[in-house]
Amino acid sequence: MTETSNLMEVRNVSKAFGEDWEREQVVENLNLDIKRNQLTAIVGPSGCGKSTVVNLLAGFESPDSGQIVLEGERVSGPSKDRLVVFQETALMPWLNTYQNVTFGPKLRGDMPAKELKIAADRIIDTVGLSEFKDKYPLQLSGGMQRRAELARALINQPLVMIMDEPFRGLDAMTRQLMQEFYLRLCEEEERTNVFVTSELEEAIILADSLVVLSNRPTTVREVIQIDLPRPRNLDMLSSPEAYDYKRHAMEMLHEEALKSFSGTDSESDFLKSYTQHA
Amino acid sequence: MAQAAVKTGKQKSIILKSLTDLTFWRGVVAIIVFLVLWEIGSQAKNWFGFMVPFVGKIAPPTDVIARWTEVVTWPGYWESWYLSTGRVFLGFIAAQVVGIPFGLAMAVNKYFRGMFFPPFEILRPIPPLAWVPASIIFWPTTELSIMFVTFLGAFYTIVINVLGGARSIDIQYLRAAQSMGASQWDLFYKIILPGTLPSIFIGAAVGMGITWEVVLAGEMISGGGQQGGGGLGFFIWSSYMGGVMDQVIVGMISIGLAGYISSSLIRYIGKVCMPWRRMF
Repeated sequence: MTETSNLMEVRNVSKAFGEDWEREQVVENLNLDIKRNQLTAIVGPSGCGKSTVVNLLAGFESPDSGQIVLEGERVSGPSKDRLVVFQETALMPWLNTYQNVTFGPKLRGDMPAKELKIAADRIIDTVGLSEFKDKYPLQLSGGMQRRAELARALINQPLVMIMDEPFRGLDAMTRQLMQEFYLRLCEEEERTNVFVTSELEEAIILADSLVVLSNRPTTVREVIQIDLPRPRNLDMLSSPEAYDYKRHAMEMLHEEALKSFSGTDSESDFLKSYTQHA
Repeated sequence: MAQAAVKTGKQKSIILKSLTDLTFWRGVVAIIVFLVLWEIGSQAKNWFGFMVPFVGKIAPPTDVIARWTEVVTWPGYWESWYLSTGRVFLGFIAAQVVGIPFGLAMAVNKYFRGMFFPPFEILRPIPPLAWVPASIIFWPTTELSIMFVTFLGAFYTIVINVLGGARSIDIQYLRAAQSMGASQWDLFYKIILPGTLPSIFIGAAVGMGITWEVVLAGEMISGGGQQGGGGLGFFIWSSYMGGVMDQVIVGMISIGLAGYISSSLIRYIGKVCMPWRRMF
């Protein structure tokens, strides 16, 4: 395994929301390395603050303390270097697929028209939506919308692609197809990716490194290197190595999830709180 | 080849399409049934000898239609259409021109909203009709005073709809645009404006209905201007004063038609402006 450098670093980042007695510490002393040209998957119990981490990485929120650094420069706001594909589709409903995809470059005016058309056609073809260029998002299925959003982000050539549970809400078959599609996409092109999900198997099959978050206030519980060979396919999930990764991560997630379930720091209190309410 | 066929199919006359559409025929049947019941109810006194309560007092459709064929020959009737429509459209357009920017300004700027929303909300519950006396006093002409009142009717509606619509735009659209390099102006012009269009049209459609209500009442109260004809509201009122009840109903139905045509116009414009949405 060659040593890869960090494209992005999260150093001692903390973030809280709310005032006074409502103040909730969501992220505390988070330290994360996003390795160049690798896919870093992030999993954590429900409600642990994964979306906040995404917002911090993307620059929609700024940390209360600590800093996030991209290529040596401090992150201070949203930029095309760090683009996000959200859980709920954020395609502009009043633009068709082609217009949505060309939205970014047109906005910045940083691509001549002819070049933009070629790039847009190519990327729409890559995501398999050539037949749907003039359709509006409401006319596309869930999977197609996700692919359109991918195209919209990719055309801007971001340094980091951040996916925030992008396949949530899709039916099982579409989800699987999207995972295979995304896997191929990542392996064919060199890019740094961050993939947040609550589906452990999805994370394992996609990731080079798997970050397990603790429950709120969230910090990194462990980083697991996924050494499955590339190119991957979904069948590898049944291999013993994959099973080991899954079991290991599952144990940690279970512990953390129990803590948020019982509302205390100790997972042993879960049974106590459960029996108390019985 | 198939695409060309589909395209010409779309341009096939709306009338032709309506004639083959079941929903259209259901509507026609419903109206016919309504007319038949009305006729029976009103004529019951003459046909069966007993008076149906309430309905029995109203002129039957046959009388109304007879009166209507007479009324359409009067230039005064058509002049009232012209006058009322003029007032509605002028008041309505003024309400859009003032209301849409006002609503948008309140939606995007919290200082503007803090300053203007409270007085707006305090004035809003005052029914436009309550403004008629004040309006007659401070506007120089009767025409302007009626138009002011119609303006108010549509104004509140459009502002509330625009405000609500603009503020309910999903923040993810704004975030996505920001990431891709949008300036504040870009955010307003390329996200907020198109995102608020549906609310603008809903406000316009509702406001249009309110404008018609208000213009008619305004005409009834203020006398509709000194010229002959004076608007459909005045037409109804003077028919009532003259005791010509079937003419009153002619006036009512005329207004219904005028309102329907106006709303259809708005729906049509909405369909053109917002191809991505199914219109109501």
